[in-house]
Amino acid sequence: MYKVVVPGDFISEEVNRAGEGTYVEDGKVYAMSYGIVEEREEIKVVAFSRKYVPTNGDVVIGRIIEISFPYWIVDIASPYEARLHISNFAAGVEKVEFGSMSRYLDLDDFIVAKVMTVDVMMRIELTLMEEFKMRGGGKLVEIPHTKVPRVIGRSGSMIKMLKEKCNCFIFIAKNGRIWIKGSEADVNLASEVILKIVNEAHTSGLTDRVVNFLDSFRRDKGKGGEK
Amino acid sequence: MKEGKTERKLIIDGKRMDGRGFEELRPLKIEVGVLKRADGSCYLELGDNKVIAAVYGPREMHPRHAQDAKMVVIKCRYNMAPFSVDDRKRPGPDRRSVEISKVSREALDPVIMKEYYPKMAIEVYVEVLQSDAGTRTAGINAASVALADAGIPMTDLVSSIAVGKIDGEVVLDLTGVEDNHGEADMPMAMIARTNTITALQMDGHLTKEEFKRGLKLAMGACHQIYELQRAALIGRYSKSEEREERKRE
Repeated sequence: MYKVVVPGDFISEEVNRAGEGTYVEDGKVYAMSYGIVEEREEIKVVAFSRKYVPTNGDVVIGRIIEISFPYWIVDIASPYEARLHISNFAAGVEKVEFGSMSRYLDLDDFIVAKVMTVDVMMRIELTLMEEFKMRGGGKLVEIPHTKVPRVIGRSGSMIKMLKEKCNCFIFIAKNGRIWIKGSEADVNLASEVILKIVNEAHTSGLTDRVVNFLDSFRRDKGKGGEK
Repeated sequence: MKEGKTERKLIIDGKRMDGRGFEELRPLKIEVGVLKRADGSCYLELGDNKVIAAVYGPREMHPRHAQDAKMVVIKCRYNMAPFSVDDRKRPGPDRRSVEISKVSREALDPVIMKEYYPKMAIEVYVEVLQSDAGTRTAGINAASVALADAGIPMTDLVSSIAVGKIDGEVVLDLTGVEDNHGEADMPMAMIARTNTITALQMDGHLTKEEFKRGLKLAMGACHQIYELQRAALIGRYSKSEEREERKRE
């Protein structure tokens, strides 16, 4: 059973276990946001909803929103914009010239990128991942980034199960954007299930329920085919 | 407030016009997450007051020169709907609503952990749909719940209530009639856990003793309100959990 807390709720007296989403005052640990208490080595409060702020090393899916030499400005589903430098393309012989940037990445293109640096002024630099350009179509689903760990599941159990049962390629980025590739029916099923997980993220026994849901769905479809 | 004694009797047989005792709150109803497009929202009824609070952000701060490189900027707008009062109110900001916006912002400001979102803005909108005295306190209560709903890092919730003086008695939570014909009105806001007062205003006259009594009364009421705010936030998720469990069975 999950324990829901609101800001200012007393959680524990073990100050040295205070983790994310908590603050310490007078030797006591209090909740900093409205969310669920998670007690492992650290005591954390996982907020129900919160704006995404990138940290170094996050893998995100971004959308190009502006081209301003020598950077692409990228929307990463965060209040802060990120930048991608042209040197990401300069590895080859050809040089990215002023005015030719859109040949490499145009407005509204989606990219998979890694957060390289976040400085104190919250300037965010990205670097492209290998499979950076999201060619070959697929579907993009956006969920609150706080629910990402739930969709992945403990040590990847949920996502592994989803990939198997839905027969799709699923890529989950840290900023809550999910890229799904597969046949149309499979992709639609997968995105429906992901939204279900998000809506019920705060309930327990979720993985089992999702498995049941998927199995029943397959069975229904099977029956329909026989008729 | 107004000079001279009013003809109207506000207290009859130790009861107020709406049948409440001196230290009794009006019925308070809080609903969380009523607006889909806002990051956090809350609908609140305090007696005949009906307010809705919406929180957007943290998002980019405009104008840019007003950004703070070290912390988030909090913007607050209190607005009364033209139909919220008996005589139609001229729409748009006026002297009063500008003041209340500022007071509300300063009441909420101490609980928000501002260092988490440098250069951004958190926008709080309080819309009064129906008013019957004490809209600023209702607005602060709603805004604080909406901020929590938006996932803003905060140290506490803020609770707020007014006390006043009618027919020579210090009473809690004035209605519109009591406010208009009473002798004093004193809205306040505080952090219930630490008993920290974050806003305090007074209109009218109170003696030192009356002030102390009123403040004590208001502080007690703020604890009650805090419990209701907390219950509204917690209830939202336990309810959906129950619903899920029922569906499963």
